[in-house]
Amino acid sequence: MAAENVGKTWKGFTYEVGLEKIREYANAVGSSEPVHHDRDAAREAGFRDVVAPPMFVVVYSARAMGPAIFDPDVGMDFARMLHGSQEFVWGEPVCAGDAITTDVEWKDLSERDGKQFFVFESVSRNQDGAEVARGTWTNIVRGG
Amino acid sequence: MNQGDKIDELRVTPDKYVPHRYAGASGDFNPIHIDREFAQAVGLPSNILHGLWGMAQVARAAQAAAGGDPRHVKRLAVQFRGMGFPEQEIVVTGEVTSVSDGRAVIATEAAQGDNRIIRNAEAEIEVG
Repeated sequence: MAAENVGKTWKGFTYEVGLEKIREYANAVGSSEPVHHDRDAAREAGFRDVVAPPMFVVVYSARAMGPAIFDPDVGMDFARMLHGSQEFVWGEPVCAGDAITTDVEWKDLSERDGKQFFVFESVSRNQDGAEVARGTWTNIVRGG
Repeated sequence: MNQGDKIDELRVTPDKYVPHRYAGASGDFNPIHIDREFAQAVGLPSNILHGLWGMAQVARAAQAAAGGDPRHVKRLAVQFRGMGFPEQEIVVTGEVTSVSDGRAVIATEAAQGDNRIIRNAEAEIEVG
């Protein structure tokens, strides 16, 4: 473990949002609202194109999290890791055709009850620079 | 929407292939979610649901409470606790804890029977 590396950042992962990927995700989680499937319904509701369900955030930001979670400078014991808690704060909606860039920062490392808590923050912005989502990812590594 | 109001319950029973579809949609192919034999070999009763799929069910309940408009879902924080399993009904419940400045805060959780798989969750939505 490398506590002195808290504050490290992983920047600039860009995800291009496709219409069929939004539909696939919406179907997998059961989001049946027409704005997540139908272009006309989405435009009628004021969106540029089919809009992603809020939790689609995991699709465009999770791949930015990968390099952080596996970074030897963080040193998480992956075999003992649990996803402990998760928070997302949403801004501008994400639509088909957007390009979302996510930066990740290692925010905190703490220990409690023989467990280590690794906290990361992801900030995702669209092609216009508007923030679309901010995530706080807490991974717990059990002692042993 | 007022403090103390309950939001509409969301009930969903994930079929045995939901973790596979979610793996494809999300890119999370961890075998504990999609391979029953692997899951049992590492001491789990069966393959388990993705925690973020469960969080998506809580998000759906919040979106429904916000009139179905994804723009009205502003924040969601959850803790992952019990493991969720395919082919068992999940019930998402919630109660409004405060309303101010056009925002409602909802305390919510997701459970399979007595097994509370997502606890201490809090959603914030825009209300008209």
